[in-house]
Amino acid sequence: MKHTISVLVRNQFGVLARVAGLFSGRGYNIDSLSVAETQDPQFSRMTIVSHGDEAVLEQIVKQLNKLIDVVKVTDYHDHDKDCVMRELALIKVHTTPQTRGEIMQIVNIFRAKVVDISPKTMMIEVTGPEAKLEALIEMLRPFGIKEMVQSGRVALSRK
Amino acid sequence: MGRTRNYNGTRVTEVKKEKMMARTGADVVVEALLKEGVEVAFGYPGGAILDVFDRLYKAQDKFRFILVRHEQGAAHMADGYARATGKPGVCVVTSGPGATNTVTGIATAYMDSIPMVIISGQVPSYYIGNDAFQEADVTGITRPITKHNYLVKNVKDLPRVMKEAFYIARTGRPGPVLVDIAKDVQKAVCEEPYPETVDLPSYQPKYEGHINQIKKMAEAIKKSKRPVAYVGGGVILSNASEELYTFIKKTRIPVTMTLMGLGAYPSTEPESLHMLGMHGTRYANYAVQESDLLLAIGARFDDRVTGKLDGFAPHATIVHVDIDPTSIAKNVKVHIPVVGDVKDVLTKLNKIVEAPEIEEWRARIAEWKERYPLTYELRDDEIIAQEVIVAIGKLTHGEAIITTDVGQHQMWAAQFLPFTRPRRWITSGGLGTMGFGLPSAIGAQVGFPDQLVINISGDGGIQMVAQELATARINRLPVICVILNNAYLGMVRQWQELFYDKQYAMTCLERTVECALWCGGPGSECPGYIPDFVKLAEAHDCYGQRIRKREEIEPALKGAFERARKERRPCVLEFMVAREENVYPMVPAGARLDQMIDRLI
Ligand SMILES: Cc1ncc(C[n+]2csc(CCOP(=O)(O)OP(=O)(O)O)c2C)c(N)n1
Ligand SMILES: [Mg+2]
Repeated sequence: MKHTISVLVRNQFGVLARVAGLFSGRGYNIDSLSVAETQDPQFSRMTIVSHGDEAVLEQIVKQLNKLIDVVKVTDYHDHDKDCVMRELALIKVHTTPQTRGEIMQIVNIFRAKVVDISPKTMMIEVTGPEAKLEALIEMLRPFGIKEMVQSGRVALSRK
Repeated sequence: MGRTRNYNGTRVTEVKKEKMMARTGADVVVEALLKEGVEVAFGYPGGAILDVFDRLYKAQDKFRFILVRHEQGAAHMADGYARATGKPGVCVVTSGPGATNTVTGIATAYMDSIPMVIISGQVPSYYIGNDAFQEADVTGITRPITKHNYLVKNVKDLPRVMKEAFYIARTGRPGPVLVDIAKDVQKAVCEEPYPETVDLPSYQPKYEGHINQIKKMAEAIKKSKRPVAYVGGGVILSNASEELYTFIKKTRIPVTMTLMGLGAYPSTEPESLHMLGMHGTRYANYAVQESDLLLAIGARFDDRVTGKLDGFAPHATIVHVDIDPTSIAKNVKVHIPVVGDVKDVLTKLNKIVEAPEIEEWRARIAEWKERYPLTYELRDDEIIAQEVIVAIGKLTHGEAIITTDVGQHQMWAAQFLPFTRPRRWITSGGLGTMGFGLPSAIGAQVGFPDQLVINISGDGGIQMVAQELATARINRLPVICVILNNAYLGMVRQWQELFYDKQYAMTCLERTVECALWCGGPGSECPGYIPDFVKLAEAHDCYGQRIRKREEIEPALKGAFERARKERRPCVLEFMVAREENVYPMVPAGARLDQMIDRLI
């Protein structure tokens, strides 16, 4: 199962390497990662998405807690109701005068945004939970996706 | 103003240095050592740490500095000092090769949770990342083998970092902390005072065990019919042997120890089942397998202890007391976790615990003990390592500090020595580092100058660190260095004998290029051992003696103990022991604890 691990850390050099080392040292891949300062510049929040053996991930979460620079760790499961999870994607899709209208409709349905346009392409920005992004990408695929970039996931507890 | 002469004899006036000297980063390091109560540091100088050494030199009247012969030795010495005294061990080394040479020593301490502070010089901050001369990413290299590490690029941070380093090393689950200090930081003037306290909200070790969990533990004990306590190095790190003693005497629960836990409970007491695991006693392993309640105290279910995991203690409710929550439920399912310092938990437990009714169980265990003692078979024509160890035990009664290397001799020492107190048994358990024995003995001797300290080494391990005989001799540290020479990397040879068709691939230390390509095993045509350990001892101005006969064992040991005390120099005793002798019983890798193999009788 996928885990979204939110780690509040002291904002210091080397922290990312320490956190990443707990995954790489066990041969575990990080599916996605996002890091930025919090409202208090002394701290940063990392959101890490990973998957694999439950026991190993549980161990990683405990080890994260043990790092001196880590203040707090929260492990969210997919479909966790207590938190909001979002990702962002920029999708450059191939367009023709014939397809442009249809693509615009799709973009509207998904409440995505067109952020750049050229005679042959359109760049679409979409944010939302992973499932929404996947669905939009599936809808756009038949038109020809030229390039795409996705951010790491961010998660925040409602409580 | 001081007056002096310049090189051609004319008088020059020199500004009196003392007054002008501002407090630099290097001074802060020395100040930290003094304020943290450090009595000794081990190390080796070099370009990137010159400033710190300059100040250490001036402070020689305030604490001791031991100049080693290899930085790995410095790390093991600091480690041995820490294990023997309970205080953090300190080493100071230069950048690049100096720091990388400590890596094995740091990893050894990390695996056994030993408090240590390693101070390494780093190239000037403005060169970092440029592949400067003797630059290595030391914080990167040591990240997975330290409890925490720091790279100091600004002198403002240095007082705080030094304070935190000592605090982190010795609190919670202890461990090594490395502080890498750029050379310009050592030179820079520092105005920040040395802090009195640390401010680390993200690091709050938990010492107090939860009373509800401790109550559950007491209830489980009361109900149990076949309980066993399985104790590890955590009891020793937490200085909880007395509390353990009270607990065991109150409940009469049989107690077995891991390699790291030896000494936590006297092996001479009737409740002791001695060591468990791969080379543990049959009765300890049987007791664990049959138990209905397993009390793991300061132990971590290492694979050398549990054997095949899914057949481990199959009937037992498992209670796990440990200060480190990441240890709990890492390898086995735990029914009653108790996070806290062993000393605190046992103190609280002793107040409420009631003895279970286990007379039947105790009788059963007594029968196993009677039926399956640890044994060895003497030979007519040569001595065996086990009898040397038994003789050491007989002459020292568990009073000496014993260190070991890694291999057969280590396991025999664990099996056949008596252990009566904590911190007298110093061995590399987690990492299993050959070469640990001699330097850790030197470190222990620094901590206890008047105590008898005996290193038991294999002929392989001693050659990894033999140069430290010079360190011991020069510093008048009269360790006894026992070499059990079987001319093999014995433990590896044993595995080859048992599991690799007796093909002794690269494990014979007597082998030379003149030997047959595929040798048929040891015999009279063997070429003779290199080096000559007696001469090696003598080359270091240590006493050296080779022993081949049974009747020489005790006199040689007694003579060396006497000589070391009188002459205050190390004594090397090389015992020529049977070459092909195995450590038994043995749980083969992947087998259950009760599937032990033994010598064929
Ligand atoms: C630094 C290091 N390298 C390799 C090993 C693997 N190893 C474990 S025991 C052993 C043999 C040790 O031989 P010796 O020191 O002669 O002791 P003996 O087993 O013969 O008593 C070896 C090579 C190790 N533990 N440590
Ligand atoms: Mg050997």
